[in-house]
Amino acid sequence: MSGATTAIGRVLPPSRARRFIRRLTSGDEIAHLITLTFGASILLITGLLVLELWVQSSLARHQFGWKFFATSVWDPVFGNFGALPFIYGTLVTSFLALLIAVPLGLGAAIFLAELAPRNISDALAFLIDLLAAVPSVIYGLLGIFVVVPIMRTTIGPALKSSLGFLPFFQGPNYGVGFLTAGVVLAIMVIPFVISVSREVLLTVPRDQREAAVALGATRWEATWKVVVPFARAGILGSVFLAMARALGETMAVTMVIGNDPKISASLFAPGYTIASVIANEFSEATGDLYIHSLVLLGLVLFLLTFILNGIARIFIVATAQRGGAHE
Amino acid sequence: MRLAGAPGQPGETSTAGLPLRFKISNLNFFYGAKQALCNINLDVPVNRVTALIGPSGCGKSTFLRNLNRMQETIRGTRLEGEILLDSQDVLQMDVVKLRRRVGMVFQRPNPFPKSIFENVAYGLKINGYSGRLKEHVEKSLRRAALWDEVKDKLNQSAYALSGGQQQRLCIARALAVDPEVLLLDEPCSALDPVTTAKIEELMFQLKGICTMVIVTHNMQQAARASDFTAFLLDGKLIEHAVTSQLFTTPADPRTEAYITGRFG
Amino acid sequence: MTDFYNGEGNHPLDKTVPSSIAMKLRMLWRKSLNLVMLSVTAACALVTVSVLVFILGYLVWHGGSSLSWNFFTKLPAPVGETGGGLANAIVGSAKLLLIASLIGIPIGLMGGVYLAEFGGRTFPFMVRYATDLLNGVPSIIIGIFAYTVVVVPMHHFSTLAGGCALGIIMIPIAVRSTEEFLRAVPRGMREAAMALGASKWRTVLTVVVPAAFQGILTGLMLDIARVAGETAPLLFTAFSNRYWSPGWNQPIASLPVMIYTYAISPYDEWHEQAWAAGLVLMGLVLLANIGARLVLSRRASFSRS
Repeated sequence: MSGATTAIGRVLPPSRARRFIRRLTSGDEIAHLITLTFGASILLITGLLVLELWVQSSLARHQFGWKFFATSVWDPVFGNFGALPFIYGTLVTSFLALLIAVPLGLGAAIFLAELAPRNISDALAFLIDLLAAVPSVIYGLLGIFVVVPIMRTTIGPALKSSLGFLPFFQGPNYGVGFLTAGVVLAIMVIPFVISVSREVLLTVPRDQREAAVALGATRWEATWKVVVPFARAGILGSVFLAMARALGETMAVTMVIGNDPKISASLFAPGYTIASVIANEFSEATGDLYIHSLVLLGLVLFLLTFILNGIARIFIVATAQRGGAHE
Repeated sequence: MRLAGAPGQPGETSTAGLPLRFKISNLNFFYGAKQALCNINLDVPVNRVTALIGPSGCGKSTFLRNLNRMQETIRGTRLEGEILLDSQDVLQMDVVKLRRRVGMVFQRPNPFPKSIFENVAYGLKINGYSGRLKEHVEKSLRRAALWDEVKDKLNQSAYALSGGQQQRLCIARALAVDPEVLLLDEPCSALDPVTTAKIEELMFQLKGICTMVIVTHNMQQAARASDFTAFLLDGKLIEHAVTSQLFTTPADPRTEAYITGRFG
Repeated sequence: MTDFYNGEGNHPLDKTVPSSIAMKLRMLWRKSLNLVMLSVTAACALVTVSVLVFILGYLVWHGGSSLSWNFFTKLPAPVGETGGGLANAIVGSAKLLLIASLIGIPIGLMGGVYLAEFGGRTFPFMVRYATDLLNGVPSIIIGIFAYTVVVVPMHHFSTLAGGCALGIIMIPIAVRSTEEFLRAVPRGMREAAMALGASKWRTVLTVVVPAAFQGILTGLMLDIARVAGETAPLLFTAFSNRYWSPGWNQPIASLPVMIYTYAISPYDEWHEQAWAAGLVLMGLVLLANIGARLVLSRRASFSRS
């Protein structure tokens, strides 16, 4: 270890050019460039995806224009394509799924975040996360062999006899259809509602709850009247996320919806969703217009999920910031 | 045993005449628009311990971290002035080379998730040292007064050590690259008194071969362990003198107020 | 001092304080509501969990009986014959996952390192936005993309196309989990390395990444498990194949697609094979998930000590 002072005079600073070159070849800059290239590739892939969706649907866009969204005909033979039945099917099944999944999911999330003791909450949350990892096609498998028979033999007739006066529950019931698809979709979407809502509820600052309880509120009152409203935005975000997820779900829905491009008020009737028609017909589509129409449907689905995910993100970030501001 | 250049040589009343390791002139430092250090001029003599004291937020850690340009890792900061290390401008130097010559020990022990041996060898390896690693690691661990406690478990994870041992490991790691200067940023604040005493003794033994600058909020530690003390307040250097003189007959009333505990 | 709440004091508030019976009733209502809602929400959670248990149980019951040595070693048999298997689908899934990993892991890993360690303001923002966008795209749309970009130029379905589709699905999850675990490495560790004279890339390579390694690995494991179950994007990229698929240029069978094909068929033997395949697929996914979480929880408790 040197103990003496060195007598080296002031070293002249290198020229700007020399410094720039040294920076360029220094390990840090190279590493930066390499990782940046990979990051740029992600941008490239995403951009290319959007571009392809746009370009590969041009024939259909030019041919049908906005009428595409108003026509209910889907006739590959005569080259007449309309998106209405699929949009209808997608929206109805997703809406049904949310109708079932949101109350159930929110209830479970409240239980896990607020009311249950910590170790039970963690164990159950782990199991529910496992539910989210089950592949779609396995849900479809159970849908076909378990849910459809139950719908046909038990739940369908029960609904018919009790609520048959409503147009939703009229008409023949084969077990496949909007309702079955909605139920299967609900099961698939619940884990997302639960996990996002639970996380959002857990970020609500403790002092909110403590303030309520200190005023004499019961546990439930503190939860329902203080914590949940505080996390309102984030919970709403989880609903949008779930909706985006439901819209894009393909396999399980395809296996239980009946694949019939018709619009019908009855929930027992078979229907069709955007994702299902693409899954079923894309590999066998002949003719450019056919393929372009399917891609156009895909573009519509992409835009729908894009908007919903964007809204969801805004809501979820809003709650996180609100919680942070209270720290 | 008195080494050459040992502290408290009779007659040593100031830094004048002593060879300097660091010469800091007109140092101004900004966090964005906020000025954290104002016009600091300080001489750090070779092979002496210089302590930086002052109340929380006075800028002593900020000042220390500028000496090895660690503040550059924070966004939006700006440094003006001159820092000379052995008459070389620190700001023009290659920062990687600078940090080999000026080592740092942090407030919280931060060993790497590697074995004890690998932790100490890390600095050597990245600087391309290809000699006899084992001997060098042993030498560093002895210097840090840790060798006897870990010589049988060099391959165990560093996290298996206690907090005090981890801090001494960090010191050994910093010493392994033979730095000319060792910067210590409140190294004992997270440690118990027994370990603190061990580290202060370590500093005493290193004094003959290493320049040290230590930031401490513990005035008694400064009084015990350092040769020169600098008192900072609100980013300005108020007083810099031989430790015994600063603590017994401070020249500035603010220094006196601080060391008598009237504030801070 | 008068007790204001016994209804007998002379305080002006007496008029607004309800009678003690009303108070008691209200308290009873609040307490029972509390209990009821506790049970209702617990029921919600239990219903959800029981669905999982039901799925697993049913799969084991139905699929377990169809699992046999043939399943793992034989090719699909023609309809009506017994003794067939799904060996080609198992190998097919493995090949697809290999290509997917070769695409998804490097890009995801490096992208995560870029976002966590380097970068200024605009470009990382754009990369992160693109990653989130890609994450939300339904997998079938990514299948369309792979179709237009790989299948169309090649004029046929292929393992390569399927692998590309799965790889693109892998990227956003890999980026997100890599970035998260890198950011979790404490700042002090980086500073210690830099104070020893390590340059930034050296710090990242020799200190930060090893520290985050376990987490990153489990993230990647979960990523692969997720795409292993993807069916929709394969339907028109890798398509399917009732035989072995040598090389990378031909259509290839995969477990999820076979499950789908067999499930919607009218043949009972095929249904049984679908159950068996479902059990195998589910088993792998579960194994990966449970394994990953065990590693993570062990790591969390270790760093806390």
